[in-house]
Formats: sequence, structure tokens, C-alpha cells
Amino acid sequence: MAQKWLGAVIPIAMLAAWEALWHIDAMRMESLSRPWDVGQALFHGLTGGELLIATAETFQAALLGFAIAAVIGLAVGVVLGLLPWLESVAGPSIDAMRPVPSVALIPLTLMIFGFGVRMEAAVVAFACLWPILIVTISAVRSIDSALLNVARVLEMTTYERMVKIILPAALGRIAVGLQLALAISLVVAVTVEIVLNPRGLGHGMMSAQQAMRFDQMYAQLLWIGVVGWGLSYGSQTLLDKWSPARRAKEPS
Amino acid sequence: MLHKDNCHARGTMGGAQHAEAAIRVERLAMAFGEGQARRTIIEDLSLTVAPGEFLCIVGASGCGKTTLLRLLAGLARPTEGRIDFHGRPVNGPSRERAIVFQDYGRALLPWRTVGGNIALALETCKVPRAEHAGRVKQLAETMGLSHAVNHYPSQLSGGMQQRVQIARCLAQSPSLLLMDEPFGALDAITRQGLQDEVARLAQVHGTTVVFITHDLEEAIYLGDRVVVLAANPGRILRDIPVDVLRPRHQLTTREDPRFLALRHEVFGLLEGH
Repeated sequence: MAQKWLGAVIPIAMLAAWEALWHIDAMRMESLSRPWDVGQALFHGLTGGELLIATAETFQAALLGFAIAAVIGLAVGVVLGLLPWLESVAGPSIDAMRPVPSVALIPLTLMIFGFGVRMEAAVVAFACLWPILIVTISAVRSIDSALLNVARVLEMTTYERMVKIILPAALGRIAVGLQLALAISLVVAVTVEIVLNPRGLGHGMMSAQQAMRFDQMYAQLLWIGVVGWGLSYGSQTLLDKWSPARRAKEPS
Repeated sequence: MLHKDNCHARGTMGGAQHAEAAIRVERLAMAFGEGQARRTIIEDLSLTVAPGEFLCIVGASGCGKTTLLRLLAGLARPTEGRIDFHGRPVNGPSRERAIVFQDYGRALLPWRTVGGNIALALETCKVPRAEHAGRVKQLAETMGLSHAVNHYPSQLSGGMQQRVQIARCLAQSPSLLLMDEPFGALDAITRQGLQDEVARLAQVHGTTVVFITHDLEEAIYLGDRVVVLAANPGRILRDIPVDVLRPRHQLTTREDPRFLALRHEVFGLLEGH
């Protein structure tokens, strides 16, 4: 029981040190707000609603981009995983596009979509597509040939084979790719907002910084951390609950 | 028990064709690779199996036993020769020809329960959904799996997993059962129990069985006929009818002088090659 709280030692110690620094005149820095002020700014941001609106804006773009990437990545990944010759055709192009930093697409997407959620979602989708695509291809490729033989002997239709054999067999590994992409989606959405998109948490942070409201800036930074942790905790919980591999190992 | 009407059209065979062979293999050859690396696995193999016959194939490793079974299942195409199943050429896999893989652990869907694995064959055979529960219950009972219907394969022993695979094969109502060393990885007691069950099921349903094993006693105990293969390249060494009375018994049959004589004969053949 006590071990569960050991993880809190470092954050609390850092907060205490941070607060202590504020009280030593020689160490005080204007850009380093007091934890107390940051906490207050966070409280006001949340109760005032601005922080929640900004969070919703960021999530809207992140999840939209993630969803687009998931649909494209899964569909293309399954097809490429099943057809090695097609992967030989598409493989080099994928390898060439994958290393392009997603942020480098901001000028292009801005030109196409202008400011707003669509442009942000497009950049997020580009970043999320690759992990989903690569993991899906390898997950489908590594399905045991014995299971595919079962599908053949039972004369399954393509649809049956997909739904009854391939997707469930690959799901465990695909879920890991989806989880990774979900974490990336938040990072990229905030980045696009910081760089130029006038909406969401990233933009809020930039505005606070430019207005010299460092307490607000830290409050939002802290909040992004909390939100990101919540997202990964939520997806992990979901994964544990629904993963077929996990289900198979559960004693009944 | 096998509900032939639901799955495959055994009924389409006319009475006149009934005397025809279930399987006719003519001058079969199979090779892998090209040029220097080309390896002939099976060479000039001809074979007929009568409907309802229990044929056992024995041979040392490398004699192409598994390849022959894959060819019979339609999972691979021969390099030369042809295979007819009830007068129709084999061009690919079919639900009429069920195959029990040696590696039961890999052939079951780990995310489905025992019942779900059995139901998989019912689903693809378009058995009405309302009948599934009853059929699964019945098949589970037949294979002694009633208590494990809601378990996942990973929770079962090897013998139980192989029972699930056999139950799934029975669910597809096959007229031919292909078995690739199905009991090779099981302990002796489990193996004997399953041998008797498969022999009984095949007899009750009149299912044709091609059973591959490297255990010559198992081959003689189960078979109406034993085909001994020679290796490199795989070919038929001897085709021996087993004139030991049925039903057979694990203890008395294995002590039967005729059984022992056959055992000596097959052992000698395998020894010489």
C-alpha cells in the first residue's frame, strides 16, 4: 500500500523546492512562477472554462486526425500485409515519406485548409498514419500460417477470413500501434497550435507566455501533462479490457 | 451425428458412383525449388482409397507424408499427376475434406472458447445460427469436452486441444478426414483414448480417413490398410491390408499374432530404408 505512493515523492519534493526558491530573494526569477500562483491559475482556468474549451479544441483536432489515420492505416495495412507483392510496390514510397517531420507539412496544409481544425487534423493524421500502418502490416504478416490454412480449408469468403481470422489475430499488436499513435496525436496537435494555429491548449500557452502571464503558462503546461497521462491511462485500460489475447489468458 | 445435409453435398453422388474410389491419386509428383536447389519430395505416387476406408500412411521423416496430406487437402498443388476426390479433380481446399493438423496449438483460435472454435466451422458451413448451440453441445459431448465448452484453448491440455480440433473438423461434416500425426505430441494414455475415439467415429459415420503417423503400431492398430512410404524421394514401398478384426482393443489387438506379424513386416520395411 505504501509503495503505491512512493511515486509521488519526486513531484512533491520538486514542488516544495520550487516554492522554497521563490522565498529566497537571490534565487527568485520572474519567469519562474510560484507553484501557489500556478495552482491558482489552473483553478481559475478550469472553473472559468477557458482551459476546458481549449482542451476540447485540442482533442477535437487530435482525435479527428487520429481517426483518419486509423481508418487509412488499418485498411491499407491489412491489404499490404496480405499482399507481399503490393508491399514491394508501396514499401519504398512509404519509407521515403515516413521520415518527413509532420510539422514540416504545416505550410502545405495551411495553404490547403487555412487556419482551423482541418489543417491541424491533417498534420496529426500524417504523423499518426505511419506507426499504425507499419504495425498493422507486420501484425498481419506475422499471423500464423496455420490459422490461414484453417480459413482456407473451411472455404471462408474474404470477408469471413478478415473478420473471423485476420483482424482478431492481428488485433493485439495493432492495438499497440494505435495506442502509440494516440499519444503522438496529442503531441502533434499541441505542436501545431504552438507553431501557428490560433486555437487549443498550445495557442493558449503561447498567448500566456507573450502576455507575460507565466503562471497561466505553467498552469497549462501542467494541465497538458495531466491530460496526456489521462489519455494514455485510458487507452491502456481499454486495451487491457478488450484485448483478445488478454481475454484468452484469463482464468474462467 | 455429422448432419451431412447441412454442409456438403455427399448426397449428389449417384448410387452407381458409390463403388468408385473416394480418392484416386495418379502419378503424383511434387518438387520444390529451381535448378540446382530443386528437391523432389514425392515421385510417381499412385494410390486409391475406397469410401469409408481407414488408410494409414507410415514412413520415416522426409518421405513426404505431410506434403502428400497437404496435396490431398488441396492446400498445395502437385508438380505433376492428379488427384481425384469422388471423381472430381482436387483444385483447392474444400469443406468436404477436413484436415486435423499435427500442431493443434496453432490451429485453434486462441481468442475463441472451445465452443467458439467448434462453432467456427458451423458458421462457415452456413448452419442456421439457431442450431449452433445444440450442435456445439453435441459435438463437445462426442469428443468429451462438455465441461470445457467455455474454456479458452490456452487453458486446456494438449490432448484436450486436439479434441477441440477434431470436434471442429467433425462440425464441418466432412466425408474425408485427413489427419497429420494428430497424436504425435501426446502422452501414451491420451493417445490411446483418442485412437479408439477416432476409430469409432470413423466407423459410425462411414467417414474415409487418411491418417499419417510415424508410429507403425498406431498405423496397424487403426488402419484397414497401411501404406509404407520410402524417403528421398517419397514413394510407395508397400501397400499392406490389415486383416485384424474390428472392433480393436488396445490390449488384446496389440497381442494378436496377426498384429505382431504385421508389426514385424512393417518394422523390417522401415528398417531397410
